[in-house]
Amino acid sequence: MISYICRAILIGVPMLYGATGEIITEKSGHLNLGIPGIMYVGAISGVTGAFLYENACGNVLENMNPFLSVLIPFLCSVIGSALMGLIYSFFTVTLRANQNVTGLALTTFGIGLGNFFGASLIKLVDSDLPSVALTKTSNFFCTKLPFADDLGWFGELFLSFDFLTYLSIIIAIIASVILSKTRVGLNLRAVGENPATADAAGINVTKYKYLATCIGSAIAGLGGLQYVMAYANGSWSNDAFGDRGWMAIALVIFALWKPHMAILGAFLFGALCNANVYAQGLGVETQELFKMLPYVVTIIVLVFTSMRKKREHQPPAHLGLSYFREER
Amino acid sequence: MEKKAAIELKNITKTFGKVVANKNVSLTAYRGEILSILGENGSGKTTLMNMISGIYFPDEGQIFVDGKEAVVTSPKDAYNYKIGMIHQHFKLVDVFTAAENIVLGINDGKYNLKQSTKKIREICDKFGFDLDPEKKIYTMSVSEKQTVEIVKVLYRGADILILDEPTAVLTPQEIKKLFDVLRRMREDGKSIIIITHKLNEVMELSDRVAVLRKGEYVGSVTTAQTNENELTEMMVGKKISLNINRSEPKNPTDRLIVKGLECVNRSGVKVLSDVSFTARGGEILGIAGIAGSGQRELLEAIAGLQKVNSGEITYLNPKTNSIENLRDKTPKQIRDLGVRLSFVPEDRLGMGLVANMDITDNMMLRSYRKGKSMFLHRKAPKTLAEKIVDELGVVTPSVSTPVRQLSGGNIQKVLVGREIAASPKVLMVAYPVRGLDINSSYTIFNLLNEQKEKGVAVVFVGEDLDALIELCDRIMVIGSGRITGIVDGRTATKEELGILMTKSRYESEGDKNE
Repeated sequence: MISYICRAILIGVPMLYGATGEIITEKSGHLNLGIPGIMYVGAISGVTGAFLYENACGNVLENMNPFLSVLIPFLCSVIGSALMGLIYSFFTVTLRANQNVTGLALTTFGIGLGNFFGASLIKLVDSDLPSVALTKTSNFFCTKLPFADDLGWFGELFLSFDFLTYLSIIIAIIASVILSKTRVGLNLRAVGENPATADAAGINVTKYKYLATCIGSAIAGLGGLQYVMAYANGSWSNDAFGDRGWMAIALVIFALWKPHMAILGAFLFGALCNANVYAQGLGVETQELFKMLPYVVTIIVLVFTSMRKKREHQPPAHLGLSYFREER
Repeated sequence: MEKKAAIELKNITKTFGKVVANKNVSLTAYRGEILSILGENGSGKTTLMNMISGIYFPDEGQIFVDGKEAVVTSPKDAYNYKIGMIHQHFKLVDVFTAAENIVLGINDGKYNLKQSTKKIREICDKFGFDLDPEKKIYTMSVSEKQTVEIVKVLYRGADILILDEPTAVLTPQEIKKLFDVLRRMREDGKSIIIITHKLNEVMELSDRVAVLRKGEYVGSVTTAQTNENELTEMMVGKKISLNINRSEPKNPTDRLIVKGLECVNRSGVKVLSDVSFTARGGEILGIAGIAGSGQRELLEAIAGLQKVNSGEITYLNPKTNSIENLRDKTPKQIRDLGVRLSFVPEDRLGMGLVANMDITDNMMLRSYRKGKSMFLHRKAPKTLAEKIVDELGVVTPSVSTPVRQLSGGNIQKVLVGREIAASPKVLMVAYPVRGLDINSSYTIFNLLNEQKEKGVAVVFVGEDLDALIELCDRIMVIGSGRITGIVDGRTATKEELGILMTKSRYESEGDKNE
């Protein structure tokens, strides 16, 4: 049971990163459907960084600095996905392109880019399997607290994870606090709800939109990194990331645009995604039905929230719309 | 009484393209007084005030605040000069609380909503506002939202307040409350400028009145030394001759009889009360009134688009000589009876035409029901489109050009032309010459005259009093949702109409014509 919960949390974390990033972006009024591509790029950037560092150290564990071997992939991932966010915001904020089309294009682009670099790395290692193994870096990422094993089930449930898992929860909580308790959050929400009003109040709408999109993308990209380094134990193979990016976008709706709700939602989604493995004696066809569960739950949540019509639970009013100052 | 100038405008000129919105306007507002800016629609009141509050920048002229020259290039600058404007359309975030909206965009050190709420309460107590800072905007009434806007401006320390038609959306009780608050602010030494076209409010509230006409400053008078007639004359000016051909109506017959019509709008405010009139075939009935006095609702009620609370709308069908009650008919049935509405809204598109579709397709919006097969028949609408383009002289590359790319005048010709093509029995047009130059206006006027000669009952809602007086056989004046008078178009004067238009809801209770 405990291993089931741990597994669920591990699966949920990439979605939590994606959802937190997407919530921040959506709060500025931008629906970024490029999140799956951005997370994919976040993953491959981190992998490339780690690969280069491992090679630079001659693939010898003793040569590797634990701090650097975490920091380099981390920074690569953040920069890679933030650049993707920059592309998205340039198109949608500055050029005022259609957000849905731009987002979908970015997803296609991101996955293509990831697969290109992934395939190149696989060719470089020249291994029999179509994958790159970065076990050493992965081990640094997954370093547990030394006393975790002594604490039995408690240690396993709360202290046994990689640092990116804890970071995802911390980021979600910080994002929640910033959105609801600070002036920056108030301004950001105003931009997403009614940019004309925010503009009249002297808020730099363009700056907020750019920053929210780029920071949101950087956070989402970490989800890709966590997937490779913690969930997949440092092994990259093309297209293994699956539909986690889309799940993250579904999670945003499930969490009603509140990052702290996304934490619970992510673990629930993780548990639901994993249910087919743990429910014994299922045929192939029933397994597929089980995989639908997270989406079914999202649809149910959507039905209920739109029935209740509470304004606080609705998406930002200006979500998906471009803002022209002259168009009053 | 010693007066200190709070804000002084010198020779302000502003043009938008070729249109001169303000020309050489100079006026002064003093501390501790309420100044009304009075003028007709389009006389440049709002443009002038937008220049003080930093939304527009004047082309020429200077603004002085407290005797020092001020350069106001953004609303933020205006706040620095302690100028605050309350717009007609509120700028508020719906899902935020009043307090959150009030502090939005202010950078005064630490973000502390509790302390801000306390400060808001103090302001409310001082001036007697009734406001709950923790209430969400979307649960508020229009009057409460307005209060939030006023408090927002005061919170930023403004002592020159500009209100753009603050009473347009309020009930009489709310207006009284607002006036009390404004008087208290005046006693506090604030300078208050209100834009309005309601004479009774000017007389009741303000200390001084400045009048604008067609963008120019006519003069200002002390309220105590003037009367409504003098102000009306200043506001409407002398009559201008347009020379529109007006034929004598040929044996007018009653076509549409409206009796005791009453409507409320979506927010529950009564927009029409006890409206009764008759429209006759072979005659143009003009409807004059200040924008938003219920003209739109009246036309929509007849066309079946607006819910009617009580009253009768009777249509005497000239084809069958039968009497039809329009109240229980659908908009389509009403249209099929020959009652046609063409409404030109402020943005010109939005009602009646689809901007991205071409002229032919827009014709089809009215005729697609005639088709019997599952495919569209484009031929008839295309012929019609070509006919309209040809006869009305619509300037367009072809009938397959999206109407969005046409100029305003041409769009309006297409809109009116389509309704006329259906050979209506009652043709209602609202603001068909809105924003048109004089020649395009004549084309439309001639079209209406032709329809009149064919025996159609034409109902014409217009803004320009000169045009109304020259075009219409009878002019009905509507004020605050009531008919304040029906006059003969041949003998009416602008002053007469002006007084009827500005008659308030309080006064019109007593003397209802018809």
